[in-house]
Amino acid sequence: MLKLSTDRATRWLAKPLAFLLCLLPAAWLLAGFADLAGFAHWPAATLGANPVEKIQDTLGIWGLRLLLTTLTVTPLRELLGWPRLLLFRRMLGLFAFFYISMHFLFYLFVDQSLDWRELLKDVAKRPYITVGFTALLLLIPLAVTSTKRAMRRMGRGWQRLHRLVYPAAILGCTHFYWQVKADIREPLVYVLVLAVLLGWRLYRYRRRAGRGRAEQDARQYQQAARTGLPVEPLPE
Amino acid sequence: MRIRPSEITPEPVYRSRREFLAGIAGLGAAAAFAQTSSAEQVMNVMLIERLQYKHNARYSTTEAANSLADITGYNNFYEFGTGKDDPARNAGSLRPRPWSVVVDGECEDKGRYTLEDLLKPHALEERIYRLRCVEAWSMVIPWVGFPLGDLVKRLKPTSRAKYVEFTTLMDLKQMPGQRSHVLDWPYLEALRMDEAMHPLAILAVGLYGKVLPNQNGAPLRLVVPWKYGFKSIKSIVRIRFTERMPATTWALSAPSEYGFYANVNPEVDHPRWSQKRERRIGSDSFLSRQPTAKFNGYAAEVASLYSGMDLARNF
Repeated sequence: MLKLSTDRATRWLAKPLAFLLCLLPAAWLLAGFADLAGFAHWPAATLGANPVEKIQDTLGIWGLRLLLTTLTVTPLRELLGWPRLLLFRRMLGLFAFFYISMHFLFYLFVDQSLDWRELLKDVAKRPYITVGFTALLLLIPLAVTSTKRAMRRMGRGWQRLHRLVYPAAILGCTHFYWQVKADIREPLVYVLVLAVLLGWRLYRYRRRAGRGRAEQDARQYQQAARTGLPVEPLPE
Repeated sequence: MRIRPSEITPEPVYRSRREFLAGIAGLGAAAAFAQTSSAEQVMNVMLIERLQYKHNARYSTTEAANSLADITGYNNFYEFGTGKDDPARNAGSLRPRPWSVVVDGECEDKGRYTLEDLLKPHALEERIYRLRCVEAWSMVIPWVGFPLGDLVKRLKPTSRAKYVEFTTLMDLKQMPGQRSHVLDWPYLEALRMDEAMHPLAILAVGLYGKVLPNQNGAPLRLVVPWKYGFKSIKSIVRIRFTERMPATTWALSAPSEYGFYANVNPEVDHPRWSQKRERRIGSDSFLSRQPTAKFNGYAAEVASLYSGMDLARNF
């Protein structure tokens, strides 16, 4: 009998399922493209009157959603006590990177029609493009060092490097927020989710730092007591 | 027995008759009859619905018009939601008949006009215009309407009238998008008097020869083809003549991004995106953008209105 709570079940059942789920937006876009090009008729997958905008927005929004989902893995793992959630984190992060890269490549090749001069002007002149592009640049080293080998070789440096995901997520939300015309409700939802995710980390960090200091003080006191040196009393 | 095509009541006509009669029943017949006889109103409704018009070739582009599906399924009308397909989905709650327009401010013929009275003297024409949205997409739309200037003249503005201001309906029941404070409702737009008198500026009541669908600004909307689309205010309930430049909705919402004039101009970028090129909706080359023309290609007709003005400052 296959027990659902084992590593094996996670690896061979839950993970492939999550993989397929992450592919759904891309599959939907492909179906929409087939519908548009006349290969097939799928009204449900229609890209509408402005297919370029639809594809561009869909890739971007799923990139941001998956990036935020990646950031929920650690909090959920600790709050629910499900250590196996960690097994999904790399896959979610790489899918986020996939959608965000496609979002950029689509902008480059289709929206800007590979017009490098216009593109560079856009990146320099338009703040929302500047921050979006920076977010993508920050994610590249994370994707490159996502292998087990890189993780082993880099040791503690790996974790430090991968903290770049925080500024990338902040810039990604800013990118969304800055390009809407008047209706900021939707980007605001993403900003709030990110604030909760980052706020939880800050809270945990400060609590740990506080606990760490207390433990260190206690250790020093015991050591000093053992060696018989005079010590100051512990602060209350 | 053969039925000639001319004997068949066109769909919009019988539909509007039914809606009109249902409307009377709903309102309470007494109240409706107190104003005008129902027979007269039915006749007026028919006058509008028939949409007899002449094609105006002089002021029409020969570019391929967008499909009715694109024009009615992809547009901005924030009163019904901020998504491009929201107007088509939600505009069913708008009741464009009966409709009236209040005329006030610096003019002689102030008052409340029924839509029928407002339209009666004007011959309708078809104008196929380019529409350029401030969001850098564009369409070609066959409007049916009449010159705004003809109505302005009829209302006899005084010598103090320098601007014409238009107001969209404000009604949370009919326009559910107004429940969220995305913009400062009701929607306001305005033109300088010489802009309003320009023969290209029209009031539209139809689209593709039929009565204007709700989502496109029924029953009466402005169309100013050399300005960004947001100037062409929809579902108008008030026309006011003023001496001072009126505050307009988008300019109030983001003064650094949207100005009073809002003339289509590839040389003046939106602070957040380029206005040099546009994506023509529904065209075969939809993957690439085409260059945007100054005044949306109507420079020969309207550039003189702005001679001597710094268009980068008066954007």
